Amino acid sequence: MRGVLAIAVVIAVLAVVPLLVHSNVVLNFLVVTLMIALAGQGWNIIGGYGGQYSFGHAAFFGTGAYVTAILQVHYGVNAWIGFLAGIVAGGAVGGIIGGLAFRAGLRSSYFALVTLAFAEVLRILASVAPITGAGVGLLVKLDLRAQSFQFQSRAVFYYVVLALVAIGLLIAQWLEHSRFGTWLIAVRENEDAAMALGVDATAVKLSAMVISAAITAAAGCFYVQYFLFIDSSIAYGTWISIEALLTPIIGGVGTVFGALVGALVVKSLGEGAKLVTGDVPGLDLMIYGVMLILVIAFAPRGLVGTLTDLRAGLTRRFGFPRKTAEVVRG
Amino acid sequence: MAEALLSVESVSRRFGGLLALKAASLTAPAARITALIGPNGAGKTTLFAVISGFLKPTAGYVHYAGHNITGEPPHRLARRGIARTFQIVQPFAGLSVHDNILVGAHLRHRARTEALLVAEKVAEEVGLADMLDRPAHTLTVAGRKRLELARALATEPTLLLLDEVLAGLNPSEIRDIVPVIRGLSARGIAIVMIEHVMQAVMSLAEHVFVLAEGCIIAEGNPAQVVDNPAVVEAYLGRGAAAKARAVHAH
Repeated sequence: MRGVLAIAVVIAVLAVVPLLVHSNVVLNFLVVTLMIALAGQGWNIIGGYGGQYSFGHAAFFGTGAYVTAILQVHYGVNAWIGFLAGIVAGGAVGGIIGGLAFRAGLRSSYFALVTLAFAEVLRILASVAPITGAGVGLLVKLDLRAQSFQFQSRAVFYYVVLALVAIGLLIAQWLEHSRFGTWLIAVRENEDAAMALGVDATAVKLSAMVISAAITAAAGCFYVQYFLFIDSSIAYGTWISIEALLTPIIGGVGTVFGALVGALVVKSLGEGAKLVTGDVPGLDLMIYGVMLILVIAFAPRGLVGTLTDLRAGLTRRFGFPRKTAEVVRG
Repeated sequence: MAEALLSVESVSRRFGGLLALKAASLTAPAARITALIGPNGAGKTTLFAVISGFLKPTAGYVHYAGHNITGEPPHRLARRGIARTFQIVQPFAGLSVHDNILVGAHLRHRARTEALLVAEKVAEEVGLADMLDRPAHTLTVAGRKRLELARALATEPTLLLLDEVLAGLNPSEIRDIVPVIRGLSARGIAIVMIEHVMQAVMSLAEHVFVLAEGCIIAEGNPAQVVDNPAVVEAYLGRGAAAKARAVHAH
């Protein structure tokens, strides 16, 4: 219950921002940051909680984006339905890639390489297939009406992506307190031991992969509605695979708020550096690299994880034991 | 001997050029303790891996409670009531003791509060009640062995395969855990244990199988086995056999 409360507080605080800040630059920055947080939260499900480090979440982001765009551009489907279809399609691609990889028993670096390969294959296909607009990409027609999932005000987009992030946080919170999540974490910690205790490791990883892919696909769907344009290097480019894994790793793998915190920190530093130096190309990537090294060297559980550990350590040394504290609070 | 709960029928397992198990057969009755002993490399752990579904046998069958379970995956066997511990302990290192046991408890209890309670009860039974909140990686060897046992028990098994739960423990720790194991069989769980600690085998097991170079070379009650010249030759050695006999006499 306390976890849900924490999520409510964080979302409420973020919801106030557009009321105080009217700068389009700032809002745009926050919308993109939340979108990355959403993509990262997807990665966090299979990567953070499931321990299967995917290097190809672009496959899901891109599929979500393309399905949303193609349905609207080529088939005149309503944008909201396209959005949902994009999420479902992303989840399905997750199921296919996960099914192949997990059934083949691929783990750790092999899994990472195979997911990367799938994303690259999709990128190349999308760059030549007519339906994706090949090298030109797809433009969604401007139609600033709510039923077309397009809004004049950036604040509305902000609330849409914030709502999606909230759902992502709630899913992570549910994982931490459900049988499915317990099994998923057990598989991450030790797959053989989990199987001996009755956990169908392949099925658990596969389900987590579908959920993970669907969440990251939602970020892709959102991208299309926000920018109204998609091409193969955006949709299936390695940039999104990297940002999707970087944000939860820096923020805290396998924690509810890891991806959100990571996205805020990573994006702030990236944009800040660009402002200071005047947009040196590739500078943000250098900063990501340095941050990744620092986090892995000094805080392998990420910012959130390290804070939790510190607090637990302090409580153990100075505070009440947990049970007593709960009685006092209750 | 009572009706067999588990019966392994001429199971063979080949690893490339090595025949690790050569038509090994073994049975275990319900609610009794059966021991599997033998020298290192005899194939004991391989046999456990076959019974628990981690390895498929090259030939032969495994029957459990009247079903042919040969080649079924581990998670389905766990659901049927077969639990195992690992010789090299495999804790979920990043999780607390409570959460470790919870994973097992969730097999038969979907609701978290119920599963947590089951986990707590099991922890009490094996003597881990004071350590529920400790991270698993901070436990001593003895603690980890108990945790292995606790997790397996939390799945509420009918058949428990214990792979050297006493190895690495000092004599006083062994004295502490032997009654726990006896208590489990007393409440109806069939146990098959791989063990090198002969005093424990002598005092716990009703029936002993001896595996050497992939073959069952002897079986019988503990006293018969330690008197068997083939077993003394292949595994025990004269001194240990005499000592085991002495333990049994008491």
